[in-house]
Amino acid sequence: MTTGAARLFLALSAACLLLESAIAGEIPLPERRSGYEFMSRETRAMQDDDNGNPATLWVLDGEALWKRKAGAADRACSDCHGDARENMKAVAARYPAFDPALRRPVNLEQRINACRVGRQKAPALAYESKDLLALTAYVARQSRGLPVAIAIDERTRPFLEAGREAFFRRQGQLNLACAQCHDDHWSGKLAGSSITQAHPTGYPLYRLEWQGLGSLERRLRGCLVGIRAEPYAYGAPEFVDLELYLMWRANGMKIETPAVRP
Amino acid sequence: MTTRREFLVLACGAASVTAATTARAQIDPNQQALRKAAMQEALRRVVGDSPVRRGRVKLELPPLIDNGNSVPLSVAVESPMTPSDHVKAIHVFTEKNPLPDVVSAYLGPRAGRARLSTRVRLADTQTVLAIAQLSDGSFWSDSAEVVVTLSACLEEGLI
Amino acid sequence: MARAIVNVPSQAKRGEIIEIKTLAAHPMETGFRRTQLGELIPRDIIRRFVCTYNGAEVFRVDLYPAVAANPLIAFNTTATETGTLSFQWVGDNGYSVTEIAPIRVE
Repeated sequence: MTTGAARLFLALSAACLLLESAIAGEIPLPERRSGYEFMSRETRAMQDDDNGNPATLWVLDGEALWKRKAGAADRACSDCHGDARENMKAVAARYPAFDPALRRPVNLEQRINACRVGRQKAPALAYESKDLLALTAYVARQSRGLPVAIAIDERTRPFLEAGREAFFRRQGQLNLACAQCHDDHWSGKLAGSSITQAHPTGYPLYRLEWQGLGSLERRLRGCLVGIRAEPYAYGAPEFVDLELYLMWRANGMKIETPAVRP
Repeated sequence: MTTRREFLVLACGAASVTAATTARAQIDPNQQALRKAAMQEALRRVVGDSPVRRGRVKLELPPLIDNGNSVPLSVAVESPMTPSDHVKAIHVFTEKNPLPDVVSAYLGPRAGRARLSTRVRLADTQTVLAIAQLSDGSFWSDSAEVVVTLSACLEEGLI
Repeated sequence: MARAIVNVPSQAKRGEIIEIKTLAAHPMETGFRRTQLGELIPRDIIRRFVCTYNGAEVFRVDLYPAVAANPLIAFNTTATETGTLSFQWVGDNGYSVTEIAPIRVE
């Protein structure tokens, strides 16, 4: 290929990519569908019945942890925050949220750990540990039924854009972008499983594949490994930016925590 | 440019994935034969030489399930559940799992209704068998076919 | 820590057939899975579930690895008298959990 032709080829490819991203924009609110709608009737029944939903075991643990004193400060969450059923309402619906101290958004797990370390003077809970999952599930459960309400301002906009860019970027050995499955091919199938729109309305959730409760980051790591990309470390800024974008993309949808998914 | 078929094979990381979209057995025929024999043996241990009649038992399983790791299963047996006429035991077997026994429930007239609901693991598209043992020594059965689609790529060991 | 959830009606009429739903926290490790390095993960399951009603056994289940993790067991029993329903799960590695629920029968 001559240099001129090569340049033209590159320019056209770049234009195609941009055009691709512009066409595959966010799903309009009336068309947003939760992963719940893609599941079988039986799996939905599992989510709908608190007495049959295994995630309830973690929520109950979270409730116990909420009231338990911890750390050098010998404080329980309830000592500052009172009754979670009242005071944690709508909290999960606006996370990830901007943390002025860190000058960037943090997710709910990081917010809980910030309290543990800063207020309870206790060591941070490990990502995906039973205790952190239980507390996150308990707090997020208090937003069940409420709409996702991520508010973007000039502080959070750059992080939202970073997350959006990651969502549309081809990556991994399979050279796939999240958008290609979850914007362009949702309702299709991948190896027998339904491709959803990828709205994280139910996290932390009980995944049948995991036979346990897990966070959004655990699920995202699974996706990244699936397209043969290097998964980010838990709590990485790249992850939180992506979580911010995904939640913002799900604005208006109802929180379902703790959900059940196949 | 990765073709769709190549993508599916790579994505699941399993060389044995075929491009067939309908569910085909994933367990090799030798293994299948051994497991079927194991189920017959497990069945014999429960019923001995007694005949097993179809009927009175209702085994409920979703025909197509999201994930073989957790399949809701329900067994109900028609019975007045009186001291002289009741269900003593309900047994569930599979023909393709590594072990044939799934669950065994032992009840009596105090149960009121002969019923068990639980969630089970199914290794492959297969037939599940439920046996009820009545107080008069008779055995009744029902079976159900379940299609277990190629489950999403197993995450264990990858992350 | 929540080891099990038991759902029993708090009261019933004499002779009424009630539904009991139980959920136990347990990985039900089958013994057939392998680690990333190929080592077999040893079996660790709940082996038996027993429900007693004022001390008398009314329902018993033998569980095998084919039962899913965090097992749900739902069944029926007749409300015969006021008292206590006791639920016990026993399994590998010394696992033993007991939950009780009172019931008032009119």
